[in-house]
Amino acid sequence: MPILVLAWKSLWNRRFTVALTLASMALSVALLIGVERVRTETRASFANTISGTDLIVGARSGGVQLLLYAVFRIGNPTNNLSWRSLQDIAAQPKVAWVVPLSLGDSHRGYRVLGTSAGFFEHYRFARDLGLTFTQGGPFADLYDAVLGAEVAERLGYRIGDPLVIAHGAGDVSFARHDDKPFRVAGILARTGTPVDRTLHVSLEAIEAIHADWQGGAPVPGARVSADAVRALDLTPRAVTAALVGLRSKVATFQVQRFVNDYREEPLTAILPGVALAELWGLVGVAEGALLVVSACVVVVGLFGMLTALLTGLNERRRELAILRSVGARPGHLFGLILGEALFLTGLGAALGLGLLYLLLALARPWVEARFGIHLGLGGLSAHEIGLLAAVGLAGAVAGAIPAWRAYRLSLTDGLSPRV
Amino acid sequence: MTVPSPVEARVRAPALPSSREPVIAIRDLAFRWGPRSPVVLALDALDVAPGERVFIEGPSGSGKSTLLSLLAGVARPVDGQIRVLGQALGSLSSAGRDRFRADHVGYIFQMFNLIPYLSMVENVLLPARFSPRRRDAARQRSGTLAAEARRLLGHLDLDHAELRARPVTALSVGQQQRVAAARALLGSPALLIADEPTSALDADRREAFVRLLFEECREAQSTLVFVSHDAALEGLFDRTVRLADLNGAAARRA
Repeated sequence: MPILVLAWKSLWNRRFTVALTLASMALSVALLIGVERVRTETRASFANTISGTDLIVGARSGGVQLLLYAVFRIGNPTNNLSWRSLQDIAAQPKVAWVVPLSLGDSHRGYRVLGTSAGFFEHYRFARDLGLTFTQGGPFADLYDAVLGAEVAERLGYRIGDPLVIAHGAGDVSFARHDDKPFRVAGILARTGTPVDRTLHVSLEAIEAIHADWQGGAPVPGARVSADAVRALDLTPRAVTAALVGLRSKVATFQVQRFVNDYREEPLTAILPGVALAELWGLVGVAEGALLVVSACVVVVGLFGMLTALLTGLNERRRELAILRSVGARPGHLFGLILGEALFLTGLGAALGLGLLYLLLALARPWVEARFGIHLGLGGLSAHEIGLLAAVGLAGAVAGAIPAWRAYRLSLTDGLSPRV
Repeated sequence: MTVPSPVEARVRAPALPSSREPVIAIRDLAFRWGPRSPVVLALDALDVAPGERVFIEGPSGSGKSTLLSLLAGVARPVDGQIRVLGQALGSLSSAGRDRFRADHVGYIFQMFNLIPYLSMVENVLLPARFSPRRRDAARQRSGTLAAEARRLLGHLDLDHAELRARPVTALSVGQQQRVAAARALLGSPALLIADEPTSALDADRREAFVRLLFEECREAQSTLVFVSHDAALEGLFDRTVRLADLNGAAARRA
């Protein structure tokens, strides 16, 4: 097409304004695809927070609430799950394992989780990855603590460092279990899940530090020393919740019904995947809004291009008449302007993608460390290609407006442009 | 085919042998811009013979630009007939007229003839982009398109490396008009239309420009229709057409 060569030369001639239009297109496309990618990865990382666990059991409450406090360590349980009920559940023939979770204490803003050694074996995330230790190992002694990656990194702990647990979940707590200090026994590898922000101790340790406490405060004059407490029976009377693994997934609903119908105590059992989807349904609204906003930015970018093309058109009426005089058809001039719009949109989108991948490559380590979101540098997903196609289509529609005007002008002006 | 004798305001030089078909033959032509607009051009008859150099004179509003639009095939007659090279333009589609113009008509504007983002040679070669016929004619003449552009520019005293390197917007007005002439002549179109091409030139350069144009038209065997209101140039031409006298529409309105 001879006209495309002309379109290219014409664009090159206006390269400064063209560069500005390209920059706005590139930025808006980078934002659109970037939001889409972060959104997808966030959702994926969210959905992969917990896997390998068939049921989460806790006191009777809503599924989302149970998920929030048992997995995300957000909020507090309404009630506890008695040790005896837990034993009953564990005794069910279809149940393979039970990992108790006991929450309520914290260390410098990070939640402390009392659990069994089975936690390190059975907790899985991101399509069946298990927990691994970068240093040390699971707790061996009563006063051993295992730190999540972020806790260790932020607070600068190493193996063997002492730490004191505070009572309650507040960032600053005045009631501290400073008579029974812990020792860092292990540090977990990064998972991108709430595990990174958790200190893990044994269930017995939780019992031990509360042995001489009553109603949320130490009983005056009845202190039990850190060593003396080892002699006591440290079996908990209750825990906060429990993760349950089954011998076969087929039994999931059967066991869930057993828990929900449990007569001794009102309990709830949830399927983690279902509750995660439900929770995402709540936060997903914001994520959808984000995509809409970035789509609007693309529309603004296209309006910028439209303005530039339409303004340029008035200055180019003479050029259109010259082209007509040497035999260009009005269709050629339509193609000239539309070709420019498509070129700007296409190159803008390509530059935007380049910019996005550059930013992703640069921000990747930081985002992964800070938010535990793994940003993939892989190819475009089908949905992303769909978004780009929509941008291209919108660019063609936006370009058709000045192109149509050029077509009309070339007909009305003929060889004598009224400028 | 018999050709009726042309209705002319004045004949300065003998027309070429009438046995040859006229390049332009207009009969009972009427044109208006829209269905409700007044008729702006009404010509009973106007013929231009091959190789003729016709000076069309008329004040603004006499229908000059309308006549040129019709001759170039941009506008289409409402009534009557306009034949160029024997082809009735009114019977062609709009795309057909565009193709006809690309192949057979060279056009020179009053000013701002050149596309600013193209080089001098690229401007001259523009018609070759749209007309394979003129592209082939240009190649046949000089071997390559670039060589033909250089040959034409050379005739018009523009083939200097220093000028070729300049952006066309940096050329003087006279140089720009000569580039436009070279472009209009590329591929030897049968009809050259010049719409007041000298009005932006200094008075002492006008005659030189017209003489150059004559020379090139003779060589390309092109017929020249030259519109101007500069009466000083009139004497150089074969014939003058006074459009105001000829245009029935203008006469009625006056």
